[in-house]
Amino acid sequence: MQNPEQYFLRLSANDNVLVVVKAILEGQEIEIEGVKVTSQKTIPFGHKVAARALSAGEKIVKFGMPIGSTTTPISAGEHVHTHNLQSDYIPSFGRPGEGGH
Amino acid sequence: MQAYLRSDGRKGIRNVITVVYLVECAHHVAKQIAAPFEDFDVHVIGFSGCYPNTYALEMMESLCTHPNVGAVLLVSLGCESFNRNQLAETVRSSGRPVDVLVIQQTGGTRKTFEAGREWIRNTLTELERVPRAQMGMNELIVGTVCGGSDGTSGISANPAVGNAFDRLVNLGATTIFEETGELIGCEQDMVRRAITPELGQEILACMEKTANYYNILGHGSFAVGNAEGGLTTLEEKSLGAYAKAGHGALHGIIKPGNVPPNPGLYLLDVIPDGEVRFGFPNINDTAEIGELIACGSHVILFTTGRGSVVGSAISPVIKICGNPETYRRMSDDMDVNAGRILEGQGTIDEVGLEIVEKIRRTCDGEKTASESLGHREFVLTYKSFEPIGPSCLPLALA
Repeated sequence: MQNPEQYFLRLSANDNVLVVVKAILEGQEIEIEGVKVTSQKTIPFGHKVAARALSAGEKIVKFGMPIGSTTTPISAGEHVHTHNLQSDYIPSFGRPGEGGH
Repeated sequence: MQAYLRSDGRKGIRNVITVVYLVECAHHVAKQIAAPFEDFDVHVIGFSGCYPNTYALEMMESLCTHPNVGAVLLVSLGCESFNRNQLAETVRSSGRPVDVLVIQQTGGTRKTFEAGREWIRNTLTELERVPRAQMGMNELIVGTVCGGSDGTSGISANPAVGNAFDRLVNLGATTIFEETGELIGCEQDMVRRAITPELGQEILACMEKTANYYNILGHGSFAVGNAEGGLTTLEEKSLGAYAKAGHGALHGIIKPGNVPPNPGLYLLDVIPDGEVRFGFPNINDTAEIGELIACGSHVILFTTGRGSVVGSAISPVIKICGNPETYRRMSDDMDVNAGRILEGQGTIDEVGLEIVEKIRRTCDGEKTASESLGHREFVLTYKSFEPIGPSCLPLALA
């Protein structure tokens, strides 16, 4: 689980996203699982980056469990957030259109 | 681990006298009775309401016969509805020393102070004679709660507690997690982990009840601040809280006051049954801790990011801080620095092991940070529950 760069934390072995534990600046060169990439934007603490290239519609796995699906292809090291990831959670209760609970 | 052996065979890791006010009107008197004994484990708990409530009575029966409790002093004003006779009889039948002081009959505040303090002095001597016995991991119950969470809780402290929970269950212990309102989106995984399909159905019903309850209260949705902190989806947020439950099989679902019948991992359903009556299920972290203790928890693992300081009456609270900056700022209040995971100074696995070791030392009598600082918070409010269904505890049927 320990990350030599100390920029990322892997929460579970089969996760395809890593948690940013030290903010990454725009233009900064980062190494993701051995692949060097230049970050296109500033990514704050607590956010997620792709551990590898992901295709559109792929499940995002964090804590070893799915947290939603990608809406676009995502490259390794790219910020994964509301612009490219959506919830799969279809509430089996609650009112449609209110996002459920 | 050296424990206190109670006459019902259960074992405790503390030998507490609880001074129990049975209505807010008796609170000050109870507090003042206990005040001279601050250096001893004399803890004030109570129920403020004047009107009767079955849940509150049963909670008090569970708490006053908790294995960490050695003796009980009830302080009644006299005209409140709380069934002091039933509570006293429950404690008496458990073999513990118990006395009831009714302020109106004793002659008011000052006389009740004196009578109460005299009883405590005598009882402290009596408690020195409680037999000690070896306690195995298979007799230990550990509960967990999170409070004052921030973006770090779900990625450091909670997974570390989950790791500790897996270790504890492997060692034969019993573990309890709760707050179903924060587990919405984790239903299918809980069903997958349930040891029987029928238990899985009970979990789904419980989560449906939870969602309905919070819908009515207009509470429990995904907030803007969550997205700013890096959380994208509701299930992701819930998984951060759910991480405390580790990865093991789910052995049952219990309600406040139910003590798990066999070792393993249990979900505590804290959401009242029936119509929404008394407001928020739990008004604060302390109410949740009280329910975990009523289910027999000897120790509570409390994860925090922003920095909670609370402890609890009856059972020690081990504070696990997920945010390294908060840890440095408030280290006197913290027992375990899980934030070091985020600074590359340790792994989830290492902190999980540290938590288990801290539990062992706490059971052997080492004071936790909140105990040393004198934190003994307690709160109990109105609620109503139906008994758990037959599928909730599959192993209890065997």
